[in-house]
Amino acid sequence: MFELLNSHYNYFAVMLLLGIGLYMLIESRNLVKKVIGMNIFQTGIFLFFITLAFRTGGNPPIIKEGGGPYVSPLPHVLILTAIVVGVSLTAVALALIIRIYTEYGTLDEDKLKQLYYD
Amino acid sequence: MIEQIPVLLVVLPIVGGAIPLVASLVSDRAGWPVATLTLVGQTGLAGLLAWTVSTSGTVSYAVGGFAAPYGIELVVDGLSGAVALLVAVISLGVLAYARKAGPHSGPFYGLYLLLVAGLTGMTVTGDVFNLYVFLEITGLAAYGLVASGRDASAAVAALKYLIIGTVGASLYLLGVGYLLAATGTLNMADLATKIGEMAAYDSTLVLTAFGLMVGGLTVKVALFPLHTWQPDAYANAPDTVSAFISALVSTVSAYALARLLFSVFTVEFLTAVPVARWALVGLACVSIVAGSALAVSQDSVQRMLAYSSVSQFGLVVAGFAIATPLAVVGATVHLLGHAVMKGGLFAATGVIERKTGATTVNGYAGMGSRVPVSAFAFAVLSLAMVGVPPAVGFVGKWYIVLGAVNAENWAVVAVLLASTLLTLAYFARLVERLYFAEATIHSKPDEAPVTDGSGQAVSFGMIAVVVIAAALAVALTAAVPELQAMLEDTLPPLLNQ
Repeated sequence: MFELLNSHYNYFAVMLLLGIGLYMLIESRNLVKKVIGMNIFQTGIFLFFITLAFRTGGNPPIIKEGGGPYVSPLPHVLILTAIVVGVSLTAVALALIIRIYTEYGTLDEDKLKQLYYD
Repeated sequence: MIEQIPVLLVVLPIVGGAIPLVASLVSDRAGWPVATLTLVGQTGLAGLLAWTVSTSGTVSYAVGGFAAPYGIELVVDGLSGAVALLVAVISLGVLAYARKAGPHSGPFYGLYLLLVAGLTGMTVTGDVFNLYVFLEITGLAAYGLVASGRDASAAVAALKYLIIGTVGASLYLLGVGYLLAATGTLNMADLATKIGEMAAYDSTLVLTAFGLMVGGLTVKVALFPLHTWQPDAYANAPDTVSAFISALVSTVSAYALARLLFSVFTVEFLTAVPVARWALVGLACVSIVAGSALAVSQDSVQRMLAYSSVSQFGLVVAGFAIATPLAVVGATVHLLGHAVMKGGLFAATGVIERKTGATTVNGYAGMGSRVPVSAFAFAVLSLAMVGVPPAVGFVGKWYIVLGAVNAENWAVVAVLLASTLLTLAYFARLVERLYFAEATIHSKPDEAPVTDGSGQAVSFGMIAVVVIAAALAVALTAAVPELQAMLEDTLPPLLNQ
């Protein structure tokens, strides 16, 4: 068990981040915290991709005299794109929350529901 | 020139979308003409592309000159050609509606064209990660458009849509990670070959990837029970946006689901792992029944139409999951037909609300004589959705049922036939109110939601859109043999028959 933890700690971290993020997203009543949960959930996915790229003894994927084996550069590129997407989503989400707050004066989901259905 | 069209279809609306955004610093008047010009070009290119595909087969383009499987490949076959044309035509049609009804601002048209770019990108891409990027572009533009309503309730609906939609897209991305771990490639055709070569249909990685990717996309398609964002988003968005989004966003997501099933996992996967097929068919059937049941119990017409989408997309996904050639043709026909019909229905609710103030099922009573043209178009579209021949709704359902019969999947046949009755249940109620009930709203509403100063809330263009949608819902039946031929030219390799 301990050995598995020692050799695969990245994957445990991924699961932990995914779990915490999803729990916060669903359970938190505060809209901003929901967005933070969404970010943590996405970070878990980013870490998963980066972990995929790793190989033991791999060099950075820059062609130089030392030579390979290299770690896979592809997941890094994908995650750069995914981070940009994540930032834009957060920006849109926060903009919407500002709009909601100026109109309803609350960030609490339950209170918002009451106001919303009135 | 021809092989560059797929990439032009994505670039054109992005470039076009930037113009109204910049121009809005000076004036908001530039938005509509620029959008129209862009989308006329878009429709021309998409038509040319669909024609090329139907005459000389699949078109593919390597972005940036990096050959597949290393670079991003754009592939257009019969299925994606048809969907790309649908996206272009409907977005151009909705513009005629937006001229009067829509939010009149530059940024609105910027987002509108960005959404077109995202949808077209999802349609033409041949790369699973690229699909994720376009899925998020589509999502971001759609959230922005939903929130462009004047009411703050639109912002609440948009935030709900954003959170649920992001979880869906993130699950899809996680699935892409699992596929990358299993095969080391992202190109759809290459993935299909590699998964096939490894004969790894029941490996844990591939199964997990299937579950996550399909699960993520069903959120975007809005199948029950993952549909909760959809009614709020459709009902609270401005009428233009409801018509646009209800017609296209779920449609293109369902197309992406079909693309995954046939081009990435392939039909052999569905055969080798029956539980995957059963899970998908089961989800679709539950969606059909639950969506209809929820639609019957709605009071607001727009919410009823939204739940109706949940049910109709169940039908489409069931057709794709059965995966016999007939069922796939049926599902595609229903996918395209539903886009026209649902867009038209939402546009009609907008017209009726502006003219009479009626928004609820009871409010629609007696409106057949108050707004004869729109009410008639609404009735035609409703009956087409139920599947009364010769409308396109009938052809799609008929082929799906035939496909299910061929596959000897009797439980599905029973649900499909029952679904037609359920659809009749909620649409017949409305049509009956329109024509045979005593009016409950007599005078014009005190405050007609006029969006600009010219006094008339409904323009000729808005009514024309509704009428053309109703005419198309019937006339598209004539195009079904053409579509079937186009699909059969490109589907056999997908269906491996």
